[in-house]
Amino acid sequence: MNIREDFRNYRDCCALAERIRAESKTPVTIMEVCGGHTMTLQRYGIPSMLPETVRLISGPGCPVCVSDIRFIDRAVALARKPEVIIATYGDLIRVPGSSSSLEKERAAGADVKVVWSALEAIAIALANPDKKVVFLGIGFETTTPGTAIGIIEAEKVSAGNFFVLSSHKVMPPVMTALIDEGVKIDAYLCPGHVSVITGSSIYEPIAEKYRKPCVISGFEPSDILQSIWMIVKQFEEKAARVEIQYKRVVRPEGNLRAQAITGEVFEPVDDYWRGLGVIPLSGLKLREKYRRFDAAEAIEVEVEKTKESKGCICGSILKGVAGPYDCKLFAKTCTPDSPVGACMVSSEGTCSAYFQYGDYGK
Amino acid sequence: MENKVILLNHGSGGRLTHQLIDSVFASRFSNPVLEQRSDSAVMNIGGERAAFTTDSFVVNPLFFPGGDIGKLSVCGTVNDLAVSGATPLALSASFIIEEGFPFSDLERIADSMAKTALEAGVSIVTGDTKVVNRGKADRLFITTAGIGSFRNGRACTGSCEGVKPGDVVIVNGFLGDHGMAILAAREGMTFSADVKSDCAALNRIIADVLDKTDAVAFMRDATRGGLGTVLCELAEDGGVGIEIDEKALPVRKAVRGMCDMFGFDPLFIANEGKVVMVVREEAAPLVLDIMRKNPQGKDAAIVGRVTDEASKVKMKTVVGGTRIISMPAGDQLPRIC
Repeated sequence: MNIREDFRNYRDCCALAERIRAESKTPVTIMEVCGGHTMTLQRYGIPSMLPETVRLISGPGCPVCVSDIRFIDRAVALARKPEVIIATYGDLIRVPGSSSSLEKERAAGADVKVVWSALEAIAIALANPDKKVVFLGIGFETTTPGTAIGIIEAEKVSAGNFFVLSSHKVMPPVMTALIDEGVKIDAYLCPGHVSVITGSSIYEPIAEKYRKPCVISGFEPSDILQSIWMIVKQFEEKAARVEIQYKRVVRPEGNLRAQAITGEVFEPVDDYWRGLGVIPLSGLKLREKYRRFDAAEAIEVEVEKTKESKGCICGSILKGVAGPYDCKLFAKTCTPDSPVGACMVSSEGTCSAYFQYGDYGK
Repeated sequence: MENKVILLNHGSGGRLTHQLIDSVFASRFSNPVLEQRSDSAVMNIGGERAAFTTDSFVVNPLFFPGGDIGKLSVCGTVNDLAVSGATPLALSASFIIEEGFPFSDLERIADSMAKTALEAGVSIVTGDTKVVNRGKADRLFITTAGIGSFRNGRACTGSCEGVKPGDVVIVNGFLGDHGMAILAAREGMTFSADVKSDCAALNRIIADVLDKTDAVAFMRDATRGGLGTVLCELAEDGGVGIEIDEKALPVRKAVRGMCDMFGFDPLFIANEGKVVMVVREEAAPLVLDIMRKNPQGKDAAIVGRVTDEASKVKMKTVVGGTRIISMPAGDQLPRIC
């Protein structure tokens, strides 16, 4: 398999776009839930290939963007403790909290390390036995198993100075919450990586109860174009099924081992989503058995009072009811260099993708 | 000012670096030569036009596939002089060394500098050495400065005033090798063994082109921030548009694979041996031909052209869409050079 030849092929992509243009008659609003999809769409200029009937809106699938500002504030407070080393995915470094960010704390002397996995954070913990290493666990079903494996490994190697600050979330509750809130969504372009773990069945209620077509899509341009075409076909037929476009990695049952390990370590909990508020059973917290690894409980810190930035409409953007161009701050006071809202920070954030690839001058 | 301290990102070479230079340095040092804002200052010394430049190197690791901090420090300054159209003559080299640094490593680095300077035809004529306490600097930092002559009779190619719609954009080979080689070395990635830094002195290939044609309107070496940043600077400073073709961008398969894996865009990955040339359309075949005969230009390619759509860089994507290219925001890989 050659990704460049097979999935970024000019002829195939143009042919798929042609089919979409020929077959789409009724205006359809498709939400791409996942930030990775937003990136591909913008990076390859796919909106410029679609007919006016197909409208794409970005959803709440960037984990950095939907994280509670209190999560960042707590991470900042932890970073200020001299005995703490923060180990985090790079995306979180620049996310603004109420008054600071991990980037600013690092400049002020805090020990903030960028890691690619929880296992790397454990290695740091073992190498620094006199420090407390806090791994910032963030992401959806895709990254949670990695954190869960980390916790099981930490127990195995007796890394007593390894902790996790968890902001892990699950996807299906927010997808139904958006429809319940009245956001106009005709169909979902479902996240491919999440589905590798969960399988396709998590979307069945959305198709059955809410009558919305769901297509699980890969991340290459031809994947997305084919998925949009599959959605258009369903929509024109007035059908609402769950279909897997990303067949080369997504199985209907998902990755059972990853599901088991997540279930072993985490349990569902009501969780706060930026812009959306509390959504029942949409978050994950460590089970009693592993609670001693929970940084929020094990390391006492004083977290500052929450202060959301004024004028920022990240919340509406995450709900898909507004786009970056609707925001007064976009590309003016809010830029990737000095982001006001989380959507401008993460490389998968909607505002960041539009700023980097979109024609914001227009 | 909201940011009261220097952030790592101020050194990225992107927007934040430009802001820092404007607000702290340019406003205070203001003079006509500085205001040229090109890689080298072009000025009159004793009645003769000369180019003068400086560059610091803090790369981590010090040794990487395809080069080391010493080679980098010579090539970087030689290239800044060469892209302005000057013939590099002499360099200075200053070393800030951390207490405890192995003699053998320093000798290896000095050997590499001597060899690179010899190959590039420049002399290292002066320098300085400082040692700081352990922990007060990370092993070794090098600063080089250089002067170049315009006795070659050439025009200065460092400013974009002469760039016109219809001109063609050429690069001398594969993009992103240096950035990905550094990343691979840092992360200890074994599968990327075939990615080597492109670190090289470009004065010979540039001289080869300039000796045969005066149709080169602008040159800049695409270092930190990659080709994408150079094109954005050119569009902004020159008030022109640029349209590039993603299909035409020379990127190695391994580099593209690493970029896919880490979510980087090869357009914005650092190079240390790549020159971006804007040439008149009719001269493009000749320039390509000259470049391809040079070991530094075997894979030279036309990547785009200048348009009249002011200050906008657009890319035709491989799948047939169109998107805007804008100056990168964050620095994903600090201490790349």
